[in-house]
Amino acid sequence: MSRIDARFNELKAQKRKAFVAYVMAGDPDFDTSLELVKGLPAAGVDIIELGLPFTDPMADGPTIQLAGQRALDGGMTLDKTLGLARAFRVTDQKTPIVMMGYYNPIYSRGVDTFLEQAKEAGIDGLIVVDLPPEEDDELCIPAQKAGLNFIRLATPTTDDNRLPRVMQNTSGFVYYVSITGITGAAEAQAAVVGPEVARIKAVSDLPVIVGFGVRTPETARAVAGVADGTVVGSAIVAQIEAGKPVPEILEFVRSLADGAHAA
Amino acid sequence: MPDDLINSYKTGPDENGRFGIFGGRFVSETLMPLILSLEKEYEKAKTDQSFWDEMDDLWTHYVGRPSPLYFAERLTNHLGGAKVYMKRDELNHTGAHKINNVLGQIILARRMGKTRIIAETGAGQHGVATATVCAKFGLKCVVYMGAHDVERQKPNVFRMRLLGAEVVPVTSGRGTLKDAMNDALRDWVTNVRDTFYCIGTVAGPHPYPAMVRDFQSIIGKEVRWQLAEQEGEGRLPDTVIAAIGGGSNAMGLFFPFLDDPSVKIIGVEAGGKGVDQRMEHCASLTGGRPGVLHGNRTYLLQDDDGQILEGFSISAGLDYPGIGPEHAWLHDVGRAEYVSITDKEALEAFQLCCTLEGIIPALEPSHALAHVMKIAPTLPKDHIIVMNMCGRGDKDIFTVAKHLGFEIS
Repeated sequence: MSRIDARFNELKAQKRKAFVAYVMAGDPDFDTSLELVKGLPAAGVDIIELGLPFTDPMADGPTIQLAGQRALDGGMTLDKTLGLARAFRVTDQKTPIVMMGYYNPIYSRGVDTFLEQAKEAGIDGLIVVDLPPEEDDELCIPAQKAGLNFIRLATPTTDDNRLPRVMQNTSGFVYYVSITGITGAAEAQAAVVGPEVARIKAVSDLPVIVGFGVRTPETARAVAGVADGTVVGSAIVAQIEAGKPVPEILEFVRSLADGAHAA
Repeated sequence: MPDDLINSYKTGPDENGRFGIFGGRFVSETLMPLILSLEKEYEKAKTDQSFWDEMDDLWTHYVGRPSPLYFAERLTNHLGGAKVYMKRDELNHTGAHKINNVLGQIILARRMGKTRIIAETGAGQHGVATATVCAKFGLKCVVYMGAHDVERQKPNVFRMRLLGAEVVPVTSGRGTLKDAMNDALRDWVTNVRDTFYCIGTVAGPHPYPAMVRDFQSIIGKEVRWQLAEQEGEGRLPDTVIAAIGGGSNAMGLFFPFLDDPSVKIIGVEAGGKGVDQRMEHCASLTGGRPGVLHGNRTYLLQDDDGQILEGFSISAGLDYPGIGPEHAWLHDVGRAEYVSITDKEALEAFQLCCTLEGIIPALEPSHALAHVMKIAPTLPKDHIIVMNMCGRGDKDIFTVAKHLGFEIS
């Protein structure tokens, strides 16, 4: 059983919603970002989404764009991102890590080499924004074969005809994008998201986690309440951008996690 | 498949939008449904006579097609070799080939019921063409343009605003054409329900590369009958040459000749300060390697870690780190040859064209012309070269003046 499946079984047994936190690897620098990632589980984070920096993050708003730029300017690479995961795994064997990013750095490394290295580093799943089901042969199918979860994004524009195709070849959980838009933009509305989650649940047994537009404990609670959990990214990254010290950022993360877990 | 298509270079892309390994649909899920419906709409339009009748009518009465095929006699005599023809797409309404494609996409957008058009632009030519056609049809138009390009292409920025478009200077990334494309994609993903993304070149997710190529192919189709008219029935060019940023004017000229083995095809990339380790150029094919960006797999300028590099060129219209996927494929299968020309060579060609032919070319076709200047003297007098004069140079006079040491603003 994958770490992701094990974590969801555990949450189900505890009747708890999942709280997923996104941070960009290497933002603002390697050491600070490792310290932050190491602190996430104790702050209530159930699954870590680790951003792989890319020069051209087409689905991201300014906050995460700038985080990627800070990381790249600080010399972050794919190797160092894997190294960060590896360093985290020394002290934590249970918290799943999902790497989230864009295809080109992975394609440039070579899919087979990348999958081997990711697995060895302790990465459990992948979210690659620019690989829709139409491109499953590229990475999705090889990743599943290599034992990594390939987590798919479903969106408000994914209609009922298309939904079964989007749910095919996916595992771990489904990431429902709450809005048509980029990260850190409009606020997610639980009333709108609820029926959408139900629509996905009608065709898939996987847990549905909702992200995009969640930045307060209140929204985290409301959104997690109509799904199996929620993701916060830009709001956490904004704290890094503001230069807050790690303990203060972790306190903020704790408040978000409490919100989601109160649902 | 009929026998004569077995070895055809014109059958691409396949049903997955691939030219060999290049092309594809590397976009976020939010955009996929729209891209599929666009493909459906385009397939329908392609075989719909009323669509092409509307295009023909606008091409004739609004754009001014066919554009002339002009024998550049003094340039030919000066070079002392091959006979040089220029396809005068710079005489189109709005001053470049860009409008050929914009008309097609806007008619499609109207058929799809979209009311808001977005576009990216580098030199501003595609932005101006899009703003123009939107004004004609009363559509809302938003153009994304790198902040750096807004600065070096001020006349075109003003033109777009006169035409009623909103010009958004893009400061994300390094503020160039690729960043403008990123922001256009971000806008699209946010406003996907009412917005149509009018892409200016033969790149992006399928069906854009094929669709833009088909709209631009009017260039090569006209060259075929115009040259026969001037040089005799059945006479084809021996060489066709065009400049390449993303590669739309080049695909438009090349495509109708892909299956004529006697026609040599040459694409000219922007060599900037020289194609070497400094990477101060935009020659994706000569200096890049395959990767995935902006919805398609193609040759890209990138570092060892798959991070995209900024292109560099005197010409804002060629300043893009990628190239259309069909060019990447034509390069790999060897049907077309791709070379590069430096800023300095392009500037020399620019000046020569002004004084010998009375034509102020844009900096983009000046690259193609510079390669013509290299090869024409080595070719026999009965060899016919057709180069695509894809844009006029009005927009570039400030840049050129600066490089030549004049202050005119």
